[in-house]
Amino acid sequence: MSEPTNPSTPSGTTTTDGQGDLADPAARRALMSGVAQVPGAEKPDPILSVDRITRHFGGITAVDVEHLEVQRGLITALIGPNGAGKTTFFNLITGFDKPSSAGKGAHWSFNGAKLDKTSAPKVAKAGMVRTFQLTKALSRMTVMDNMMLGAKDQTGESLAKAMFKPLWHSQEGEVRAKAEELLARFKLLEKKDDYAGSLSGGQRKLLEMARALMTDPTMIMLDEPMAGVNPALTQSLLGHIQSLRDEGMTVLFVEHDMHVVQHISDWVVVMAEGRIVAEGPADTVMANPAVIDAYLGAHHDTDLGDDDLLRDEVVKDLHHEADEEEAARRDAEKGKR
Amino acid sequence: MNEFLGILDAVVGEAISPDTAAVAIAVIGLNIHFGFTGLLNIGQAGYMLLGAYGMAISITYDIPLAVAVLIGLVVSVLFSFILGLPTLKLRGDYLAIVTISAAEIIRYTGRLAAFEDFTGGSQGIFGKDYQGPFMDLSFFGSGSFDLLPLNYRDAGGGAGLRVVGLLVAVAAVVGIVVIAKRMKSADGQAPKIGTTATPKLVVAALFVVLFLALFFSFPQTEPRTSVDGWWVRVVAWSLVGVSCIIVFLLVRSPWGRLLRGIREDEEAMRSLGKNVFAIKMQALIIGGMFGALGGMVYVLTGSVQADSMGRQLTFFAYTALLLGGAATIFGPVLGSIIFFSARILVRELSGAYVPNSIMSTQQTEQFSYVVVGVALVLLVIFRPQGILGDKRELRFHV
Repeated sequence: MSEPTNPSTPSGTTTTDGQGDLADPAARRALMSGVAQVPGAEKPDPILSVDRITRHFGGITAVDVEHLEVQRGLITALIGPNGAGKTTFFNLITGFDKPSSAGKGAHWSFNGAKLDKTSAPKVAKAGMVRTFQLTKALSRMTVMDNMMLGAKDQTGESLAKAMFKPLWHSQEGEVRAKAEELLARFKLLEKKDDYAGSLSGGQRKLLEMARALMTDPTMIMLDEPMAGVNPALTQSLLGHIQSLRDEGMTVLFVEHDMHVVQHISDWVVVMAEGRIVAEGPADTVMANPAVIDAYLGAHHDTDLGDDDLLRDEVVKDLHHEADEEEAARRDAEKGKR
Repeated sequence: MNEFLGILDAVVGEAISPDTAAVAIAVIGLNIHFGFTGLLNIGQAGYMLLGAYGMAISITYDIPLAVAVLIGLVVSVLFSFILGLPTLKLRGDYLAIVTISAAEIIRYTGRLAAFEDFTGGSQGIFGKDYQGPFMDLSFFGSGSFDLLPLNYRDAGGGAGLRVVGLLVAVAAVVGIVVIAKRMKSADGQAPKIGTTATPKLVVAALFVVLFLALFFSFPQTEPRTSVDGWWVRVVAWSLVGVSCIIVFLLVRSPWGRLLRGIREDEEAMRSLGKNVFAIKMQALIIGGMFGALGGMVYVLTGSVQADSMGRQLTFFAYTALLLGGAATIFGPVLGSIIFFSARILVRELSGAYVPNSIMSTQQTEQFSYVVVGVALVLLVIFRPQGILGDKRELRFHV
């Protein structure tokens, strides 16, 4: 490692000071330049470190991760084809699911603390908060109530003190003020008294992200934050995610849209069939043959937004090309033998 | 006219009877389970039975009343732990299965001949064995008591006076509804904070008028206890009031917000760092304690008999809850009153005006249940939020 790194600090605060300001793209590139672009590479200052996590569903191995580190203070994207085990992996490290290898060498730690047997609520309390692929807005509660649920350590949430308003009244005011601030930032403030169920899909994504931020997380894990969100909103969501990073938060997100991944992520981890097949900065990892094979396909640089692609001749051409490639690959394999 | 007044007598008698109050308390508990937290407890009658047994058996062993009540509550808490520990981590259906069977187990155990020394077997514990300490607390004297200079039975003596009282009561109800609706629509358009105090005062005054009119129009005695029935009524309805206040204080707090959050989505709550299991357990315990308290009130005027608190009572409780409006403060009370008095109204009306050749007296009893059942079906179709529920909540299917 070429970079000077802080000895990992167990406190929840970020350690960006010692590594220059991570809001500066050049600093981020410099930070990660010394990291080997291989699966399971060591990071200068990992906030999350995972070892030997496997998860079987019957005979299918959904997740089989040997080692993974996530760098503090950066945006890391987790990509992979459908069924690669990304969401399962999310569930495992956030305590929503138990690895099959639990007790058989599975270890993962967050911010210096072991999470091997930690339940989902405790993981969230430790500062690693997730969102869901299918948004979980609490429909029959107002947007404001949704937000206020997110706040940590509320006195009034203890049954013994709940009945006595003076005990929690002032804290409630603080939580409300914080919620309004976040809602204003996510442009949901005028919706605060509406039921969350009346929001559009994209607004729910925003609400869920804002709600997660109410817990003051150190690391936020977003499961497909852009799925089903229109392009304009995507733009603003991206802005929010980047500003979170610039404030020192660590972001890990699952995403299918390659433009998004290339646009905002500082580091990309590629999963396929439960394994991590490649790691690296967004621009170079896309060129990795393992990634192209597993996920992007040989035509990854073709713009799928091009209408021509849907014309029959073009599709035939593509099929033809693919067949030729397949034949060439077989020949090559034969040659090897 | 006298016949009709007699019918109304029976209806009002049922509406304000301690039994209705007892079920209302149990429904308040069920509302915490089902309405606020989304726990499908189909064994609320089991909680009632446990509370009743806990109190009655303790008193037969000469334990003071206050301690006996505490014992009944503690037993319900233990019951909640037994039911909740294995099931609350699982999907909601499992709690439903376990509660309905556990309630039945308690009922059958209560009937068991082997425990006859404690529970009285299928005969139950007779009222005279445990009601003494409670009745001794009465400061109402015996028989009737004087409110204002008039004895209330004398005031309600003449049919003409009673009809006037009845009309006043109806007018008061209409007034309350009209003002309440105005206040609601005013809230929706432009919240005027300064002017809301006056209509609220008027509504409160109308409630007092309503109460007095009903009180003097329908003199009630408690037929089943030798001691003054008003003592039981006042205690029972005071407990309903206290329960409502406790629930109000609980659900307006951040803790109440947790309950509603869990009702909406447990996973989301876990992702926010909330200990869902512990909160559900707390809700189960609190609602169960209300159930036990309701059971204790339920047996004050009768006997502790296992079969009187069976599945049927649980379903009545659910009906009352849906009728009044789940996840509201007064819904359970209003629902219980309307459910029980409406049934009596149907029974008495059909008994009085349907000729015996079409429907005999026994059949009117069953007919009243049929009508109530049909009404419930219609209610769920046309007003699923109940009488007091918020319609906005139903627009979103969860």
